[in-house]
Amino acid sequence: MGNAAIQSDVERIADVLVIGGGPAGTWAALTAAAQGASVVLVDKGYCGTSGATAPSGTGVWYVEPTEEQQEAAMKSREALGGYLADRGWMKRVLNQTYANMNDLALAGYPYSLDDEGQSYRRSLQGPEYMRLMRKRVKKAGVIIMDHSPALELLADEHGVGGASGVRTETGETWTVKAGAVVIASGGCAFLSKALGCNVLTGDGYLIAAEAGASLSGMEFSNAYGISPTFATVTKTAFYTWATFYYEDGSIIEGAGSQQGRSVIAHTLKTQPVYARLDRATEEMQRWMRAAQPNFFLPFDRLGIDPFTQMFPVTLRLEGTVRGTGGIHLIDESCASAVPGLYAAGDAATRQFICGGFTGGGSHNAAWAMSSGYWAGEAASAYATGLGSRSDRRELKGVSAQGSVSALASTDDVSEWVAAVKREVEPFDINLFRTEATLNQSLGRLNSLWRKVQHALAANAADAVRLREAQAMTATARWMYASALARRESRGMHKRLDYPGTDDAQHYRILTGGLNEVWVKPEAALHRTTEVHER
Amino acid sequence: MIELVSNTRCIACGQCVSACPTRVFDISPSGIPVIARQDDCQTCFMCELYCPVDALFVSPHDHPVEAPAESVLVESGLLGSYRKQVGWGKGRTPGAANDQSYLMFKAMQKTPGH
Repeated sequence: MGNAAIQSDVERIADVLVIGGGPAGTWAALTAAAQGASVVLVDKGYCGTSGATAPSGTGVWYVEPTEEQQEAAMKSREALGGYLADRGWMKRVLNQTYANMNDLALAGYPYSLDDEGQSYRRSLQGPEYMRLMRKRVKKAGVIIMDHSPALELLADEHGVGGASGVRTETGETWTVKAGAVVIASGGCAFLSKALGCNVLTGDGYLIAAEAGASLSGMEFSNAYGISPTFATVTKTAFYTWATFYYEDGSIIEGAGSQQGRSVIAHTLKTQPVYARLDRATEEMQRWMRAAQPNFFLPFDRLGIDPFTQMFPVTLRLEGTVRGTGGIHLIDESCASAVPGLYAAGDAATRQFICGGFTGGGSHNAAWAMSSGYWAGEAASAYATGLGSRSDRRELKGVSAQGSVSALASTDDVSEWVAAVKREVEPFDINLFRTEATLNQSLGRLNSLWRKVQHALAANAADAVRLREAQAMTATARWMYASALARRESRGMHKRLDYPGTDDAQHYRILTGGLNEVWVKPEAALHRTTEVHER
Repeated sequence: MIELVSNTRCIACGQCVSACPTRVFDISPSGIPVIARQDDCQTCFMCELYCPVDALFVSPHDHPVEAPAESVLVESGLLGSYRKQVGWGKGRTPGAANDQSYLMFKAMQKTPGH
């Protein structure tokens, strides 16, 4: 790898390469193919089951396209997000999401009917949605390569021109040369086993940064979802109907699924926390079951009635999957700062529509299908514009992987993964942030980076894990460098030493770099009303 | 975590091997998948949905446990229960068509904080 000549077991040439087969990736592939581009989609797992959406159900930010309703929708989360969102982007996402959700109906998604007999388009069932998207992508002529993680991007002096990776089933290497690449590989949940998230290890951030892309909003990366202690199903919204208890059955005052999550975290530091969904009425219980069968699966299988029985809960790190940071976009086509490289979905920053606070599943789902659509469209146009000489480009891998060739054992890689988790999972570092703890943690992460950065794996399976360890280490460093730079509390970023929001820091923060992590605030933003009138 | 591949039910179609996003299964010489890397299972239940004959059981625990015997799972209706709820399989209606999120969200909007 590194600067070695590209020679792979499987070699393909396409106009557009999409990395990641979740909602954003499939929409990108579909749109690019519709423009006439030849498209290859690679997924680390299986397009259709990979990622946070497929095993779950999600609300969708689907709003009737009237001035009044869009205005209300845009306004509702602006304060929570610390006024870092942008009305122009929000409006585009609302319009695109409306169109895409209606397009899904035409493609055969079986929307339910509401009590007035109207097709209800504000939620999607993950398994159904992603099975349909896979089918559509295949029908559009896209070549899907499952179990084929991308390990590095290929580039020349003109920009990005493909990627290479391995097929985990066979250990074969693959190379896809493409005029443009869309990264849609999701966020980073640090292998916390939050539902469907273990394939989401920040791989896209790493390969993009190696190619020179920057990230933004990485301080908004400390989302934790509520789940039963014994299970993986993180469905925080359902805990709206929960009461939280100490072991002795007395109520934990102030604990809640929304603002009260830090009370839960505080309590969990010293003792178990229990929940019971005792605020759901009987009819609500029925609706919840029909809305999210996966939520009830763990309870049903263990014979627990969550509406009448207390069960232990924990907070699982959802990192940037439910945070809002990611690859920075320089324009409305979802282009990164590197020519030929685009980003969509959770791999990209979601600050434009959520600011500094997760908009929950519905905003992320809307963002994934909208940004995927635009990235696919733009990548196709870019690739087509390159002309016929593009297949003669002298492309090289841009990662530094293996350049010093320190062979890493499977145990080494496991230890490195554990070391990153020790920095990002504890509430006292990542949730309740201070200058001192962030600095100490960043110091340890920098040391870890020096160990992992040049390591070389002995086989294909280890190579994938090694890249995950590198990606998570890099992601954690961007998170904490950004968190240190924001000396205030805003959105989900809470600094114990700077509890207030500072108007002078009303800006987005860019970060990037691998050996040396850099951080740079953007120009200050205007308040939302001014932005709106602009 | 995945705990059971029923040898009596499995038709060796290999769907679970492909569909598992974290590549937990390998195909044995007989064609029946084996749980080769249980530690990699993220308990997402997707393999159960893609198994056409309800031969798989994913325990809800995020760590390995002693799972109930196959006969007990069949008896209690747990084998294949998720696929049934999601409405996948011949003659079933997709659960998406019965999604009652709209009633839930309507009620949620009346809840303070939403």
